[in-house]
Amino acid sequence: MITALLLFWPALAALLVLLIKGQGAKKVAFIAALVEFALALFATSQFDSTDGAMQLSLNMPWVESAGISFSIGMDGISLLMVLLTTFLVPLIILSAFKHDYKNPHIFYALVLFMQTGLIGVFVSLDAFLFYFFWEVALIPIYFIAAIWGGENRIKVTFKFFVYTIFGSLFMLAAFVYLYFQTGATGASAHSSDVQAFYQLALDSDTQSWVFWFLFIAFAIKMPVFPFHTWQPDTYTESPAQATMLLSGIMLKMGIYGVLRWLLPVVPMGVSQWDELVLVLSIIGIVYASIIAIRQRDLKRLIAYSSIAHVGLIAAGIFTLNEQGLQGGIIQMLSHGINVTGLFFIIDIIQRQTNTREISSLGGITQNAKGLSIFFMILLMGSIALPLTNGFIGEFLLLMGVYQYNAWFGAVAGLTIILGAVYMLRMFQGVMFGNKSEHTEAFRDLSASELAVLIPLVIMVFWIGLFPNTFLSISEPAVNNLLSIIKR
Amino acid sequence: MTSIILLSLFGIVNLFLGFLKSKRIMLPIVLLFLIVVFGVNLLSWNNTQSYFSNMLTVDNFSVAFTGIMVLTTLLLLPFSQSYIEAKDENLAEYYSLLLFSLVGAIMMVSFENIITLFIGIEILSIAMYVLAGSDKKSLRSNEAALKYFLMGSFFTGILLFGIVLVYGATGTFNITEIGAAQAATDGLMSNMFTLGLLMMIIGISFKISAAPFHFWTPDVYEGTPTLFTSFMSTVVKTAGVAAFYKLMFAAFAASYATWFPTLIAITVLTLVVGNIGAAVQKSAKRMLAYSSISHAGYLLMSLIAFNERSEASIFFYSLAYSAATVAAFGVLQYVENNRGGKNFEHFNGLAKTNPLLAFVMTVSMLSLAGIPLTAGFFGKFFVFASVLEDTNLMWLVVIAVILAAVGIYYYFKVVIAMYMQPAVSDEKIEVSSSASFMLIFITVLTILLGIAPALVSDIL
Repeated sequence: MITALLLFWPALAALLVLLIKGQGAKKVAFIAALVEFALALFATSQFDSTDGAMQLSLNMPWVESAGISFSIGMDGISLLMVLLTTFLVPLIILSAFKHDYKNPHIFYALVLFMQTGLIGVFVSLDAFLFYFFWEVALIPIYFIAAIWGGENRIKVTFKFFVYTIFGSLFMLAAFVYLYFQTGATGASAHSSDVQAFYQLALDSDTQSWVFWFLFIAFAIKMPVFPFHTWQPDTYTESPAQATMLLSGIMLKMGIYGVLRWLLPVVPMGVSQWDELVLVLSIIGIVYASIIAIRQRDLKRLIAYSSIAHVGLIAAGIFTLNEQGLQGGIIQMLSHGINVTGLFFIIDIIQRQTNTREISSLGGITQNAKGLSIFFMILLMGSIALPLTNGFIGEFLLLMGVYQYNAWFGAVAGLTIILGAVYMLRMFQGVMFGNKSEHTEAFRDLSASELAVLIPLVIMVFWIGLFPNTFLSISEPAVNNLLSIIKR
Repeated sequence: MTSIILLSLFGIVNLFLGFLKSKRIMLPIVLLFLIVVFGVNLLSWNNTQSYFSNMLTVDNFSVAFTGIMVLTTLLLLPFSQSYIEAKDENLAEYYSLLLFSLVGAIMMVSFENIITLFIGIEILSIAMYVLAGSDKKSLRSNEAALKYFLMGSFFTGILLFGIVLVYGATGTFNITEIGAAQAATDGLMSNMFTLGLLMMIIGISFKISAAPFHFWTPDVYEGTPTLFTSFMSTVVKTAGVAAFYKLMFAAFAASYATWFPTLIAITVLTLVVGNIGAAVQKSAKRMLAYSSISHAGYLLMSLIAFNERSEASIFFYSLAYSAATVAAFGVLQYVENNRGGKNFEHFNGLAKTNPLLAFVMTVSMLSLAGIPLTAGFFGKFFVFASVLEDTNLMWLVVIAVILAAVGIYYYFKVVIAMYMQPAVSDEKIEVSSSASFMLIFITVLTILLGIAPALVSDIL
């Protein structure tokens, strides 16, 4: 029941927000998002983290003729994703308080509506329900980015939209195909339940193409090299909040999709193609890092760094060992937190200086001590310094990749060095040196900005120092997953 | 059967209403007629009966499709407001022609005899030929009527040849007996029969504007006054596809292997031509014309699947498609009349002046594109599901999926114009309250079916 409440509360709140004209909408939206976070915490307290099975489930018929049931529930992996989403959304709404978006009630309603889509993706236990929410999450973010975005937004977001739908339609085709493979031969015995998909025993040729149908959808969403071309432009042109939603939460949909709907469903397909996926991911890491070094625009730089980070997560997950998977999951949390924080700081800088060009900035440390500290901490998290969250994730991931193939591990390890290069270069250019005309009158953080950054930084250290809080939640689920894959 | 009689009567009564001075009263009366017909039609549910020594059969299939078609007409009539305001002299005739056309459409979904099918198609078509040319002073409208009429008669001829050849080979017009005749020979029929079958397929493909018999569609749709285009692309298409399905299922099931290659070629071609054609249009109306071709392709997919899911998926798809199309043409009509054109750029900034129209149009476009939360998604889903029951047809679904992504491209052009482009005019478009009510009703229906498709998907 609590899972259904988690799922529908944001949508209900969105309808409520729609009715509120003017700037009061953001306050209501913020409170609604906080309530959602409280619900998620309550769900966590009800959750038995020693059990790897699905919990807090709810199963009701939905479209019986097509075998679709409204089946939701969570295991440790889902729970962590739900926690991440519910933790970040209120902060993202709070981060928009300084903006005066036109038609605020629509803007915040769309954010909340998207949250329902995101939670739905993470808790769906029915393939078609999953697909349903997968698309439901896309529509609001498209409108947020395309209506409130930058100059080039229309073309860029359109590419993003068509590109991702193109991928997901393949996923739908694969799901329909898999659905007809379940059960005995007989029309009524089919099921689109996740467990029924796990029990499928397809021959390896079939698994091979089903793998690609599913992988394309997830790879575009993450995005994995060479499916990433929509991402830098979309991140750059979207309003800051949309960028945070896209990078902080939405790309996790892709990774989560791999964990829940790809690896256990077509393990033989995975074993045929995992090497290629690892190679692609690792190419992506190095390629995106090198491009990031050359970027002059702050947002683009972080966008490329995000491709690099996600490349490592994808590589780790496809190693199919416990370190890789656990590292991937913890890194999803860390990346969500760090990248949201970084995009927020870029937003603060841009709002005050009207520029994102590194060369036009500089000397911000002199005026804004507070901002510098928070920026530095999030940066360190991003380049995986020990004691921060990034370290735990990247360490586990690299360990996983190393076990798979030592050479792959070595090349993937470049991410740490290259990451330090572009991040520190950026920090240097923006924060140190002489003040420019744009940064002359820079003000330090305001109370509402602090309210966003403090929880994020707390999480950076919490995950960095006590990763077991989170690792222990996902561990039984990961072992469960591995036992299905290795069956 | 009662609905056919009632509609014919109402059509004649309506002609006499043309003598009334007040044009305003006509619309409520026609709407009332249609509501009565809709209700009477439902009375035949679960009550299969044959009429006129097996010329017509009213069963759940025909009741369901009659329901869609009457409902669609009911939904699109309030958009005739501009005719009422212009005090158009021929309004009563237009309404009557629509009602007569509906009679033909109902005959097409309840035929038991190929002759009834033929008569139904003709009643439907002749009324449409007239309506296509109803804007007498417009060159485009005249062109549309002439083109539609010439091409239509030509293909009617082909259909009739087909019927005669099939009759020659089997000795009967009754569809059940035609089916039995093939079963008796294990589907090995004479060349005459095969030729007749193919000619019938070609004749009906023309009516549902399936490629390569679609060439008339964009010009005719564009030239015809929008109100009647809306009728053409919904009721005519629904009737055509339902008749096609019934014909193939009842009469030619045993010859599946014979017609399957032809029909699959037609389907793939229709999907490609419709979607690619729509993607390059500048005019929203022409885009909708090509989109109606592409939807004929999706509908044909579930006909090809030819299994127990086909019927329900055609039903659901027709309903979802009709609802969204009526709303789209309704909004288009307002834009056309008030913004001086029907290109994409005439939609610019509509969200600022008329949020309701923009929202309705967006939901329709999402539904036509098949995006979740709208009825169109489940329409596509049921179609794909019925095709994939035979996993050898995976390639067809892949083609359809790629073309569905192309579909999103052109449907979103409208959405982008409405929400993201600066307005062409600050003037608010006045929408009559009955039309607003219908637009809201369609939107709610589209979203409701997108969330709870089981409300109607299981009835057949």
